[in-house]
Amino acid sequence: MRFDVVVDVRLRGGIADPAGATIERALSALGYEGVTEVSVGKTVRFTIEAADATEATTQAEDLCASFLTNPVIEDASVTVEAAG
Amino acid sequence: MATTVGVVIFPGTNCEMDAMSSVERLGGIGRLLWHADDDLGDVDAVIVPGGFAHGDYLRPGAIARFSPVMGAVARFAADGGPVVGICNGFQVLTEAGLLPGALQKNVGLKFLCQPTTLRVETTGSILTRRAEVGDQLSVPINHFEGNYTCNDEMLARLRDEDRVVLRYVDNPNGSVDDIAGVCNESRNVVGLMPHPERACDDLLGSADGAVLLGSLLDAA
Repeated sequence: MRFDVVVDVRLRGGIADPAGATIERALSALGYEGVTEVSVGKTVRFTIEAADATEATTQAEDLCASFLTNPVIEDASVTVEAAG
Repeated sequence: MATTVGVVIFPGTNCEMDAMSSVERLGGIGRLLWHADDDLGDVDAVIVPGGFAHGDYLRPGAIARFSPVMGAVARFAADGGPVVGICNGFQVLTEAGLLPGALQKNVGLKFLCQPTTLRVETTGSILTRRAEVGDQLSVPINHFEGNYTCNDEMLARLRDEDRVVLRYVDNPNGSVDDIAGVCNESRNVVGLMPHPERACDDLLGSADGAVLLGSLLDAA
């Protein structure tokens, strides 16, 4: 089966996010009050061949840990769905 | 016999000729090493120079780490060979796990290209043996992602084990504990964001980088 995978990469808690902080200041300057906790990450999408969703998730998490993220500064969440 | 220094080139590296030139100015022989080769030949030291290896796609150094040459660099380092990563080369060495920590975007989100003053924090590294602790060196930086970070436990280890090699006197990029350069446990692998190869001649505004790269030649 083929699965659509979405990897949401974000900075770990405690790691400075200058892009997020800059956007937050800009939003405030534009008059959008009350917007906080802005963070900037990236999304990686791909499809993967696997026997089932569990195997697809395991593979995706493995390649996240080994390549798509730098665990020193980044975390990721993986979403897997059967390809439509 | 003159010391031979291998200078690694990835697609997108752009500081290799500066590195070659400074090595040769200091009396060494520079040899370019292509990233797709998994053999360093008989080099005595390795420089991973600056630039944008593999376009910095995904993260700086993330893809370069899988180039065949990096396996050879890791083996060379494991055998005690001196390796220095400069700027993007530092990023490559952290991604490859040869050095701890990571480099994130500069605080202030600005690309920084300016002289900096560095303080030598230890002479026990392959890059600083010609210096004295407390020496101040003028060496330029040229980076967007030079903000060194690591977890608290690693920072404590770096301090306790005297592995912070260089600190900024006036921190330009937000690096934790003003760190400009660190070394591995064996002290034969050093990474730094500033560019000593661009400060090896008074015509360039500073020749202080020669202390660092001269140390590398001595260590080889």
